[in-house]
Amino acid sequence: MFYREAGDFSTTYPQDSQTFPIKFDRYRYYFVLAVAVLVMPFVMTDYLVNSIFLPFLIYAIAAIGLNILTGYCGQVSLGTGGFMAVGAYACYKLMTAFPDVNIFFHVILAGGITALVGTAFGLPSLRIKGFYLAVATLAAQFFLVWLFNKVSWFYNYSASGQINAPERTVFGIEVTGPNTEAWATYLFCLVFTVGAAIIARNLTRGSVGREWMAIRDMDIAAEIIGVNPLKAKLTAFAVSSFFVGISGALFFAVYLGAVEVGEVFGITKSFLVLFMIIIGGLGSIFGSFAGAAFLVVLPVVLKIVGVDLMGWPTDIVAHFQLVIVGGLIIMFLILEPHGLAQLWRVAKEKLRLWPFPH
Amino acid sequence: MKYKLGTYAVAAMMAASPVMADLVFPSLSYRTGPYAAGGIPFADGYADYFTLLNERDGGIGGVATRVLECETGYNTEKGVECYESTKGEGSLVYQPLSTGITYQLIPKTTADNIPMHTMGYGRTSAANGQVFSHTFNYPANYWNGASGAINYLMSQGDIAGKKIALVYHNSAYGKEPIRTLEELSEKHGFELMLVAVDHPGQEQKSQWLQIRRERPDNVIMYGWGVMNQVAIQEAANIRYPMENFIGIWWSGSENDVLPAGDAANGYKALTFHGVGSDFPVFDDIQKYVVDAGKAAGAGDQIGTVLYNRGLYAAMLAAEAAKTAQEIHGTAEITPAMMRDGMEALEITEAKMTELGLPGFGPSFNVSCANHGGPGLIGMTQWDASAGTWSLISEFAATDMDVIQPLIDEDSASYASENNIEAGC
Repeated sequence: MFYREAGDFSTTYPQDSQTFPIKFDRYRYYFVLAVAVLVMPFVMTDYLVNSIFLPFLIYAIAAIGLNILTGYCGQVSLGTGGFMAVGAYACYKLMTAFPDVNIFFHVILAGGITALVGTAFGLPSLRIKGFYLAVATLAAQFFLVWLFNKVSWFYNYSASGQINAPERTVFGIEVTGPNTEAWATYLFCLVFTVGAAIIARNLTRGSVGREWMAIRDMDIAAEIIGVNPLKAKLTAFAVSSFFVGISGALFFAVYLGAVEVGEVFGITKSFLVLFMIIIGGLGSIFGSFAGAAFLVVLPVVLKIVGVDLMGWPTDIVAHFQLVIVGGLIIMFLILEPHGLAQLWRVAKEKLRLWPFPH
Repeated sequence: MKYKLGTYAVAAMMAASPVMADLVFPSLSYRTGPYAAGGIPFADGYADYFTLLNERDGGIGGVATRVLECETGYNTEKGVECYESTKGEGSLVYQPLSTGITYQLIPKTTADNIPMHTMGYGRTSAANGQVFSHTFNYPANYWNGASGAINYLMSQGDIAGKKIALVYHNSAYGKEPIRTLEELSEKHGFELMLVAVDHPGQEQKSQWLQIRRERPDNVIMYGWGVMNQVAIQEAANIRYPMENFIGIWWSGSENDVLPAGDAANGYKALTFHGVGSDFPVFDDIQKYVVDAGKAAGAGDQIGTVLYNRGLYAAMLAAEAAKTAQEIHGTAEITPAMMRDGMEALEITEAKMTELGLPGFGPSFNVSCANHGGPGLIGMTQWDASAGTWSLISEFAATDMDVIQPLIDEDSASYASENNIEAGC
């Protein structure tokens, strides 16, 4: 009944190769986008935006970035936190050095700088694979955090070593600093998230994405059929770091406002984003969103149920949260290694045949 | 018709009244994670004092208090989430017990017109109330602590030419005293050696090897959570003389010294309030809170250093709320009124005695220009065989000639960064 191609004719090539070729799927996508842009800003509160929507949108960008590298190109990375820190500090330095330039461009440029750094740290991937590469990126994680703690130029020599986002506006509306409106920060991040998703989706459908997937599936075979591993791996690192850098910049400038690198961009952040793409689904843009939503919303829901509804002590709930998240990760790895995205695919298949499965 | 309108009004008032029924004191606590050893006793003390007020006095000015606890795990993201989820409930004053979360909340609380009290932590330059209108850090701050430690060492003998090491948590918190200590080392001619420990501080072998090699005459520590226990154990392992080892008040609780056992004997820590449970208020806590089965947490922290600090923080908040009620002539105060109360807070010895805490803390007045209090610092020492901390010096003033210019400089840079017009 749903997701049927029946009666859905493509008469031109662009129609046939569009992102969502099935009409029902396409309209659902437009509907979600319309709700996100036209309805959500009006119901946004400080609580909703700071507890759920900003972290969700920003982590979704980071998850898309890591998914490109790990899910599509098969290069395991544990350096996400460090690359997010690069984005955040690049954004901070740009914001304070060029206060007249719009914050929008600072965020993009921060992504660009992170792409350069990411490419540099991606060079070892040409020699080493798998666990060994994971260790190399782990080194990037620790080195970058150490660097931003050690060299005071990065935090403009402030006594505390913290970086603070000054107030910046887009079209005269504040998007960073303490006096922002909930809807403004939401829309600002939404623009980046939607942009990142569209770019990532189209990259992975095109020749670049096919090269990445060829490298992921079997790098020697890919090389023999003419895929340049140098180009494929380094573009994956660059594009991935670009998105991760943007998410780091937004995380610092829009969401937190003040950042201390060791605490915010530590190794736990790398693992959190890695869990997002594992739970969401490796090699899937939708999976990046699903994983980010899952790991952002779950703690909030557990807290509301445990503390506010059941009235349990806060420490018990916090411990339960660790148990439940850990248990769910193990459960997913055993029962559905392809993550939430695979569940969604299966649901779509079922919906196609529903209500007459035979 | 009139009757009907009247019922509506009553119904509306009854519906509205639960919202205003109590004075909400949020407690952004952390009972989990590597800093729980410090977070639990503080949160227990904070909650127990408000329970005591409810049980004994029927709240503050006849209005019951409610402590809204939210678990942050000492994590800034969760701290922000806690702030956003509790601020709508009429929260009067925030005490995040984390310098990182404080930095997040300074601009947010100012924008939302809610006061924040960072007692002995947070951003030191918030002592300048002309710039930081909604942040208070009375009665003492990190820079008082640094100066207090140096003053104490000077009272023990000449420190010119000596080498003093600072072992610090490599975060905004641990970096706070560096500037002050640098100024002081220039002024008094001692050599300062900086040793950073990264979060969470469970691994400090290399740092203590460095100390063993360079043999500083004294070690000052700005640590928190598990870092303290590890540092004291490592100091014992290299046989560093404990009496030359001074912790800030966040590195001086029972939880920090007990793991090292007898080896920790003689370890010193700064403080800005009294130690022990030898105060009349603890009899009331036993009677109204513990015996009634209403103690927060496991109820096993009463009288410990950090429990006392939580109690002291709650006491100062309650007194500020009372002051606010007097200023505005209403028992049901708003966060904005609470801010006025904090700014007009007067703590006298008579008031402390009346509250059952004679000699527990200093007498001081808060004013618009000075949100920092007097900054009187005392020294405590750990006696491992008796298992108690004891005060070994008077509460003494610190070197404001050094600290005040630093406060002015740092707050001025904050004001210019954020376009704040300084003034009262």
